Amino acid sequence: MKLTVWTYEGPPHVGAMRIATALKDVHYVLHAPQGDTYADLLFTMIERRKTRPPVTYTTFQARDLGSDTAEIFKTAAREAYDRFQPQALLVGASCTAELIQDDPGGLTDAIGLPVPVVPLELPSYQRKENWGASETFYHLVRKLTKDLPKPEKKAGAQPTCNLLGPTALGFRHRDDLKEISKLLDLLNVKVNVVAPFDATVADLRRIPEADFNVMLYPEIAETTVRWLERQFGQPYTKTVPIGVGATRDFIGEIADLTGVDPEPLLADLPSNMPWWTRSIDSTYLTNKRVFIFGDASHAAAAARVAHEEMGFEVVGLGTYSREFARSIREAAEKYDVEPLITDDYLEVEAKIQELQPEMILGTQMERHIAKRFGIGCAVISAPVHVQDFPARYSPQMGFEGTNVLFDTWIHPLMMGLEEHLIGMFREDFEFSDDAAPSHLGHSAARPEPANRDVPQPHQSQTDVPGVPRDAAAGVAVLERPTTEAPAHETASPGTAPDTEGAPVWTVEAEKELKKIPFFVRGKARRNTEAYAAERQIGPITVETLYDAKAHFGK
Amino acid sequence: MAVTAPFSTPSATAPKGCTDLPVIRERGQREVFCGLTGIIWLHRRIQDAFFLIIGSRTCAHLMQSAAGVMIFAEPRFGTAVIDDRDLAGLADANEELDKVVNQLLDRRPEIKLLFLVGSCPSEVIKLDLHRAAERLNGQVRPGVRILNYSGSGIETTFTQGEDACLAAMVPALPQAEAEAPASLLVVGALADVVEDQFRRLFGQMGIDRVDFLPPRSAADLPAVGPNTRYLLAQPFLGDTARLLEDRGAVRLAAPFPLGVEGTTAWLKAAADAFGVSQDTFEAVTARGRERAHRSLERYRGQLAGKSLFFFPDSQLEIPLARFLAREMDMTLTEVGTPYLHRSHLAEEIGMLPESTQLSEGQDVDKQLDRCLAARPDITVCGLGLANPLEAEGLTTKWSIELVFTPIQGYDQAADLADLFARPLVRRTKLRV
Ligand code: SF4
Repeated sequence: MKLTVWTYEGPPHVGAMRIATALKDVHYVLHAPQGDTYADLLFTMIERRKTRPPVTYTTFQARDLGSDTAEIFKTAAREAYDRFQPQALLVGASCTAELIQDDPGGLTDAIGLPVPVVPLELPSYQRKENWGASETFYHLVRKLTKDLPKPEKKAGAQPTCNLLGPTALGFRHRDDLKEISKLLDLLNVKVNVVAPFDATVADLRRIPEADFNVMLYPEIAETTVRWLERQFGQPYTKTVPIGVGATRDFIGEIADLTGVDPEPLLADLPSNMPWWTRSIDSTYLTNKRVFIFGDASHAAAAARVAHEEMGFEVVGLGTYSREFARSIREAAEKYDVEPLITDDYLEVEAKIQELQPEMILGTQMERHIAKRFGIGCAVISAPVHVQDFPARYSPQMGFEGTNVLFDTWIHPLMMGLEEHLIGMFREDFEFSDDAAPSHLGHSAARPEPANRDVPQPHQSQTDVPGVPRDAAAGVAVLERPTTEAPAHETASPGTAPDTEGAPVWTVEAEKELKKIPFFVRGKARRNTEAYAAERQIGPITVETLYDAKAHFGK
Repeated sequence: MAVTAPFSTPSATAPKGCTDLPVIRERGQREVFCGLTGIIWLHRRIQDAFFLIIGSRTCAHLMQSAAGVMIFAEPRFGTAVIDDRDLAGLADANEELDKVVNQLLDRRPEIKLLFLVGSCPSEVIKLDLHRAAERLNGQVRPGVRILNYSGSGIETTFTQGEDACLAAMVPALPQAEAEAPASLLVVGALADVVEDQFRRLFGQMGIDRVDFLPPRSAADLPAVGPNTRYLLAQPFLGDTARLLEDRGAVRLAAPFPLGVEGTTAWLKAAADAFGVSQDTFEAVTARGRERAHRSLERYRGQLAGKSLFFFPDSQLEIPLARFLAREMDMTLTEVGTPYLHRSHLAEEIGMLPESTQLSEGQDVDKQLDRCLAARPDITVCGLGLANPLEAEGLTTKWSIELVFTPIQGYDQAADLADLFARPLVRRTKLRV
């Protein structure tokens, strides 16, 4: 049993729903209680789909247990087939039905429907949404193609590929697949099938006809493309084309697979990003400290872009996709950070608190953490929110994707000259600590009232005796410059430190610290305290502050 | 000035009408939330309570998805997610639960009331949360009371979760002495502003001993006894009512406080029971009634004559239909409810127009067929159905908003009407 406040992924049957909903003529009969129908709203409200997901829930009740839940399933499957006339049927159980072991596959066989039926075994108490999507896609493709012959390769024909992985409720999948299709067109590679997004069962059966597969989202498609490689000898691309470098690599991979000449395209990449980031107004981006968290593919790709293309410093990198942790471990090694592999939101929050980054590239979860701590944030990965389905074209992948990344990542940041002015004239009353970047307007200032709810570490100690630091109210605490901590005001030499080993600052040093802009103040405090602790200096004075600054170089 | 017993008999203020309206009874796929969803409002209502669901990843995901947006502050609910180790018996589920409870209370020292909330998986594996609550009560941390209820989808539908929660609180309510002065208990979660208004109105009538269940704080659990008269503020509280009656409390039958008529009859039931004179009652309610009439007038033009279809969801459907039909002159096509509590809704059903088609339970595909055939001007439905119906050219109102918005009482009557008028206004306004 594990205490969970927010989850990064839904249960595996929600992953199966993402596949079923992406496809055009597949229906999913899910043995599940009524409350599980909430999953429909993910598609109709968050993604704003115009039709209900093609899912029939059996909605058995307590009184049905032990008597006729199996019969309820059969009726539901039969009626769903009659009503929706799908070309293939997925059947499976949600967490509750898994416990009652009705065997949806066997029950459906017993009805004898005239279409392929794919029974899904998705262990809800071990696995999660992305895995469920991946398994569903794999079993469906396998069922529909495994008996097909290996197609003959025609010499001299235009190279063809499938784009595999985009699903319903995917983070920018709709736009990514369009952008990558355009890119393939520029390379004179024909797209044979896109799946599961908007594909039919007939389309899935044509998958073996392509020369190779583009694995757009490894979390969803890797199991399938590996099987296709074994079964039909179709190689697949391994680079996720997010960012300039990755897109170039992706083009290189395709050139290797097909023999097309990538040079014309590589020589004149249709992206503004390389120049935008070299333009001197971007100098201020240099070594901005970013924390990155998301699904493994998006997080790893974002880390590369952040490091190589934006000139940020990656201070933290993690993923909630345990199945793909390896790619994050490798990437983390490259940027010399500790990889954070967890699906525990509170652990991520604690890590961010510890690292005090200047910016977060994360999911909707990290967006909330960022809001609470007053840190800029851009969303780079699922889990998604209605805002992640913008009306405008906004891919993450390919050329346009690089432009989108540049724009959306710098948007929450303070521009260079503005940052300097604030640094120079700290006393200006309009430069309060919660001054937001001017282009975000006043309404976008850090949410002041909510921050008041965030207890100061020192306050939590005085208010709740005996409660360990940070435990009070369970809200992690960053240094909050916007609320003055009374404890700090009184911490002058001679006053006993309020915790074992908590560093003591003189009033003057504390004041001086406040002259440092808030977005780097956390770092300054941390560096100074580390410096003082190492040399056993106490209390920290203005001199210590500047000594530490000289020592750390900024 | 409150009177003590004897009470006047609970009144028959509600007009009597036809109580045997036709009911379609269906058993098929239901498209309704489970009782866990009630936690979304209950955890904000009781400020020192925490709701710990013992369930699966699905339950946790439901909670975060149904809340629509993530709640900015850390919520006072969470899920102890059962994993395969618990199922395989590798871990002792009770020990695991103790661990989670301890971890939680360490993290949230301000919590005074902890609900262990059962789910489908915990019910199916027969995890005895009642025993767990008893075992943990007072033991984990002095001063923290631990109660349990089930919000599972195999047993509860949406708002029934609130019923189960309040029912779990009833045995914990202090006993009011037999000779205690008469008191009024308002049962069902209301918005703070609505509660304050009702408290003022009751006070002006001279009814001062008024308690609300659930209270805003666990420390304020109201006493209950034979001199407690209770008014249901929500129509879905069957179990809670039964348990209150076991403790001697007496229900004041009334329609629900939606719209002017409902609010007046609801207040009147209390006024009659507490011997408030007709003059006092008139004087106290006159301004509210007048204000509500005036502000509703604005909406009648927009709503009158429009037809209305309810998918079953919150059990508020029948009182809402009554208000919209009688005060807003709307036409009812089908009024669906997940469960029809005949005695608590007797006054309401009696006030519905004679031809009203009720439906109980659901077979969502068949109901969608009926709805599309009826092409009502406005359809009240859950979040899963709303956009697909809009895409078919129908105007919808999401029902969940009706449990999240202050809609009871005189000064909210127009807000309630506005919830229905706005989607219609929007549709006529848009030119894209
Ligand atoms: S229906 Fe049951 S399993 Fe599903 S979310 Fe509700 S309690 Fe959990």
